[in-house]
Amino acid sequence: MREVHVDEIIAAVEKLCIEANIKLPEDVKFALNKAVEKETSPLGREILNDIIKNYQIAEEKDLAICQDTGFAVFFVKLGQDVRITGGNFTEAINEGVRRGYKNGYLRKSIVNDPLIYRKNTGDNTPAIIHLEIVPGDKIHITFAPKGGGSENMSALRMLKPSDGVEGLKKFVLETVRQAGPNPCPPIIIGVGIGGTIEVATLIAKKALLRPIGEHHPMPEIAELEKELLEEVNKLGIGPQGFGGKTTALAVNIETFPAHIASLPVAINIQCHVARHKEVEI
Amino acid sequence: MIKHITTPLTPEIISSLQAGDKVLISGIIYSARDAAHKRLYEMIKKGEKLPIELEGQIIYYVGPCPAKPGTVIGSAGPTTSGRMDAYTPLLLEKGLKGMIGKGFRSKEVVDAIVKYGAVYFGAIGGAGALLADSIKDSKIVAFEDLGPEAIYEFKVENFPAIVIIDKEGNDLYKIGVEKYREI
Repeated sequence: MREVHVDEIIAAVEKLCIEANIKLPEDVKFALNKAVEKETSPLGREILNDIIKNYQIAEEKDLAICQDTGFAVFFVKLGQDVRITGGNFTEAINEGVRRGYKNGYLRKSIVNDPLIYRKNTGDNTPAIIHLEIVPGDKIHITFAPKGGGSENMSALRMLKPSDGVEGLKKFVLETVRQAGPNPCPPIIIGVGIGGTIEVATLIAKKALLRPIGEHHPMPEIAELEKELLEEVNKLGIGPQGFGGKTTALAVNIETFPAHIASLPVAINIQCHVARHKEVEI
Repeated sequence: MIKHITTPLTPEIISSLQAGDKVLISGIIYSARDAAHKRLYEMIKKGEKLPIELEGQIIYYVGPCPAKPGTVIGSAGPTTSGRMDAYTPLLLEKGLKGMIGKGFRSKEVVDAIVKYGAVYFGAIGGAGALLADSIKDSKIVAFEDLGPEAIYEFKVENFPAIVIIDKEGNDLYKIGVEKYREI
């Protein structure tokens, strides 16, 4: 058994919240720079250049890349040989969020009751924590703040197994076309196929964590990712929806076994400010 | 060509703008997003006096990050405009002339833009650090209890935007996408 004090978790989470919101991952930066070279719309190129300038300013001035610093989403792999001491694990994550969003001058974007009162909680809590118990004595925490604009354009559909690959493609293209400029293109498209309704959406979100350019291990799915990206970029939406070839930077698919009767498909859309950062304790 | 415009917006300025034009906006603009719109709308319905004068003004759909000490404001990019659609026609009827945001507008909003001679601008979504650079002064003028959703008065200098929907109802989202669409 390895003991980890909650103070260590709180400090790590605070740091994650601030750093992830200020510095864009390298793979996203690379994809944006590559997109400028490929974009044929002059206005589209200008927009992409401004997006690049924006992440540079954010880094230089220690500012949030986007004012929507998101719902604080965590993926935690907790080693089964870790014993948490000094307090409550969930509360430690929430305390780290509280401190990170306060000390990093990040926006607090969460309202308590979603339907009736919608009062801001004032500290960006509660965090959303996806916990997995794994072998070992480490705690691995991935933080992925999720903005509201792109999340709102996400979709779920329970397809029929007979809908197959064609049905899936149609659903993805329809969803991206309908979203148009709203999720701040260029976007990253996370697709979750299989499982039950909640697994499909969860793996769609996990798909967004995969570095741009890395593909699904199954060759057929990897091929589908490339094909879908090509198709999506023929929709003409372009950077910010003003027209162009760069509608998406990547299509990442995650799969899970499905029930004999089902083909659940979830599409989680992520804007170009595709933030995530990890730490191991 | 980039057009320099100043607030408040006059009918002449609005008539000079076409969908696709790049503009740099200077002067006073007001922030308001979901919760503030709901309150403004309800106040108008009840016949109450609004905390800001709408005539000729621009509303920027933004909920900024807090300002660090010694700075004017934190990151301040646009939020999705469509969520304000239910409230917008009434604000346009009451004199609002410009909106800055991102994303589609409803048919009712486009009709009201044409009817009242207004304009819908787009700023780059996700470029909050860049856009904050052109905000030179900032103060909360209403609904402070709403936190990031309070109404701020911003003094902007050369705030970069693009005309998405002009007073004729032309829409850059349609024009631009048609040009590059292959499927």
